[in-house]
Amino acid sequence: MEGGDLLTPLHPNHAKALRLTAMVVAAPLVLGVLIGEMVTLAIGVYAASLVLLPLMGLIVWAALALPWRRYASSGYDMGTDRLRVVKGVFFRRDTIVPFGRVQHIDVHRGPIDRHYGLATLHLHTAGTHNATITLPGLAEEDALAMRETIREKIRRDSQ
Amino acid sequence: MSEALAPLDASLEPQHTHPRGLLVQALRGAAPSVVPLVAMAYGTGMFVWGMFIFVPVAAIIAASFGVAWVNWRRFTYCTGAEDIRVERGLFSRSARSVPYERIQDVSLEQKFLPRLLGLTEVRFETGAGGKDEITLSYLSHGEGERLRDLVRARKEGATVISAPDGAEGEEAESEAPPLFAMGPLRIVTFGLFQFSLVIFAVLFGAASQFDFLFPFEFWDWQSWYHLVEGQEQRIVGVGRMAQIVAIASGVALLLLLGVLTGIVVTVAREYGFRLDRTPKGFRRRRGLFNKTDVTLPAHRVQAAKIATGFLRARFGWHSLEFVSLAQDVGGSSHHAVAPFAKLDEIWPVARAAGIEPPGDALDWHLPSPVPWRDNTVLHGVFFAVLGIAAWAVTGNSWSLGAAALLIAGTALLNYFGWRRRRHASDVRQLFVAMGRFAPRLAIAPTVKFQSAEIVQGPLARKRGHATLHLGVAGDRLSIPGLPLAEARALRAAIIEQVAAVDFSRLPR
Repeated sequence: MEGGDLLTPLHPNHAKALRLTAMVVAAPLVLGVLIGEMVTLAIGVYAASLVLLPLMGLIVWAALALPWRRYASSGYDMGTDRLRVVKGVFFRRDTIVPFGRVQHIDVHRGPIDRHYGLATLHLHTAGTHNATITLPGLAEEDALAMRETIREKIRRDSQ
Repeated sequence: MSEALAPLDASLEPQHTHPRGLLVQALRGAAPSVVPLVAMAYGTGMFVWGMFIFVPVAAIIAASFGVAWVNWRRFTYCTGAEDIRVERGLFSRSARSVPYERIQDVSLEQKFLPRLLGLTEVRFETGAGGKDEITLSYLSHGEGERLRDLVRARKEGATVISAPDGAEGEEAESEAPPLFAMGPLRIVTFGLFQFSLVIFAVLFGAASQFDFLFPFEFWDWQSWYHLVEGQEQRIVGVGRMAQIVAIASGVALLLLLGVLTGIVVTVAREYGFRLDRTPKGFRRRRGLFNKTDVTLPAHRVQAAKIATGFLRARFGWHSLEFVSLAQDVGGSSHHAVAPFAKLDEIWPVARAAGIEPPGDALDWHLPSPVPWRDNTVLHGVFFAVLGIAAWAVTGNSWSLGAAALLIAGTALLNYFGWRRRRHASDVRQLFVAMGRFAPRLAIAPTVKFQSAEIVQGPLARKRGHATLHLGVAGDRLSIPGLPLAEARALRAAIIEQVAAVDFSRLPR
């Protein structure tokens, strides 16, 4: 299971949810840049207009292309005694939590997640580093099932 | 409050903290306003009007007493059969109940003023990070000891120990040889290495606070000039040799003061240092004015850290700290269990916590030099471009020399950054060492790790290396510059150990 690429992909809706979130964040920025563009053109500061144009491109790319890459670079692997979570487009984080170190578990659902039937799993450990490991983009029923599995596992071990 | 608990409540007498504690609380409440008031009166020359200053001071002290008295009246605690309960507050009452099983640690602390009055502060530490704890300030020393013994006894499910028994137990404990102790000579030696110029910061701070007390304007250079004026002829007159002697003796005085400060601070903190291995854990007592008595349960030790300084390493002095989630006095998550000791004194303490020293057969690994080499190239190119650009613009060839110097510097720093790190792992423990001239070593039993993470930046991914972070309760261990395959193998080996033992089954 350490092989590297035997990861379970996240739910496809996660890409849509990420994109929607990115758009919500990007919309006011794009609006701001557009206004800036019009103002600089009107007062004739063309150098500034030239800078703003690529900035706009960057924002649109970040909002449209980046969520897909984030989705594609994420994955998880549910083992018999551990969970592995892989994330990150530029900085790859590959984390393993043994179930035996999980203190408690949360399943969180934000408004956008709920719209797409998704949930985020939070595993809390006693560690100072990685005190909470989050796994977003799970189908709601999968997240609940994983929580039950992990909880079962913890209960069996601590008895 | 649940109804089932009510009868218990009725059978128990809620108790107040010690009345003498009122004095401490009131003084503490009044001091911040009274001291500046008196100082101001003195400074502005109104001190002769003693009666006028006496009135507000008396009023503040009285008000402070009033507040302390109300708080004292409304603060009660009682020790029940299953929990300790504290009720407090005038308008909004809060009631907190902490079951004995949840109490991890009872610590007694005697600050200077309470100690004069024979009082002690009792703290019940419950959960992670010292939050939600109960503090009883202040109780008589005997009552503090009684509470600690009571909690210990209740946690074990034994019957209540009466106070005299507790005192006897204390005697017996003191007779057993300590795990580690520091005599006066050792503490003064320790102080010699704790050179500190903090006294000047304090004096400077005091000067800015109370500048109105000086007979001249402290921050106005002209008044200094006037002080020196007329002396300058004398200073010039005594000749160069005398000037050198004056400067040298000034520096010597500075050094002497620094050393003395270090000794005083160290003696005040470490006086009577004594570490015992009690059935409940590691009990540490130290302090001259603020006497502390802290017990760290042995099972809560997550890792050991051995450190030293550049100078003290030459003499073989090291310090040992235990990493844990329980907070030490002062909020640090590391417990100093042997602050100044030789290695052969440190290992028995570490062994008492189940931490073994690195064996001779241990296979130490250096990290891959690739990330540090890449860093050198990146920084080097940056400085070279900067230097050439500056040369092209200004035509000053000094900029090329400066760039060369910077490049050499970054190469050297990166080389040492690489060479100072080592790590090793037998199956049971992970060792991470840092530093050449003042080596530090962290030892963590692998079963105590909470999570393992491999992180790669964009460049690291291209070059095939990674950083391994291991989550520890109270700290983390990081090993940078591991080849990816090695990072994966090390993590797999560690997780195999970790997953085999549940958190609740960790050795206690």
